[in-house]
Amino acid sequence: MHRFANPAQFNRLADAVMPWAMIATVLLFGAGLYYALIGSPPDYQQGESVRVMYVHVPAAWMGMFIYVVIAVASFVALVWRHPLALLAGKAAAPIGATFTALALITGMLWGKPMWGTYWVWDGRLTSVLVQFFLYLGYMALWKAMDDEEKAGNAASILALVGVVNIPIIKFSVDWWSTLHQPASVMRLDGPTIDGTMLVPLFLMAAAYQVYFIVVFIWRMKLEVNNRKLSVMRGSGMEN
Amino acid sequence: MVEFLDMGKHAIFIWSAYGVSAASLVMLALRSRSRQKASDEQVVAARARRKSGA
Repeated sequence: MHRFANPAQFNRLADAVMPWAMIATVLLFGAGLYYALIGSPPDYQQGESVRVMYVHVPAAWMGMFIYVVIAVASFVALVWRHPLALLAGKAAAPIGATFTALALITGMLWGKPMWGTYWVWDGRLTSVLVQFFLYLGYMALWKAMDDEEKAGNAASILALVGVVNIPIIKFSVDWWSTLHQPASVMRLDGPTIDGTMLVPLFLMAAAYQVYFIVVFIWRMKLEVNNRKLSVMRGSGMEN
Repeated sequence: MVEFLDMGKHAIFIWSAYGVSAASLVMLALRSRSRQKASDEQVVAARARRKSGA
């Protein structure tokens, strides 16, 4: 792992991955949107509104996945003082916050026609909102202190404390009586939704994943450059 | 194609969900890319300044 602590090594790896990730992003979004909007049938209960699920569910998955990435990076940064791990968390946070915000907004846009309301304070919706605030808090801590190392440590501790919210999000629909439906894809006994709807769901999830890789690499390079400039100028980190 | 455009009575919610998702992701990608490119140029300029002793 420490082999990649060298920014030059990271840049070489990123430059090799980037073209493939960009091609995969375009292809997966193309295929995903085709199946989400044209190639999949309407739901017998939800009608055409089921198509909102193909942007909502992968966004929610990504919001949780990126938070776990940040928590792992924070742990590595705090325990092993891995320089790139700290920057990885900082680079990933705005992407995770965007996906979490999209999960909340698209969920509201699905909730209004299906539930008759944009919002209810049930376990799932509230815990995802808490996740969004954790992202905002993490990013705010990075900007709150002039000392880059102190800011990174404080943000990392928040990320590690906040990771307890991930199982709460996942199991909130089982632990409490909620308006949000229970898990229908990530279940021990297999998905309960039809294969024609799993195709767009997984294609969009894959598209979001490679999109994350592309934007994450750009943001990592930005953070590495900022660190270089900071060292060159011998002053505080610029944002 | 006409059928695809006709999303029924909840079309506004469906297209809003796709629209806000696309706009947010495109904006985040463009902003990240432009900031990364600008920082690349800053590093090159800083190195050049240091080399020339300015």
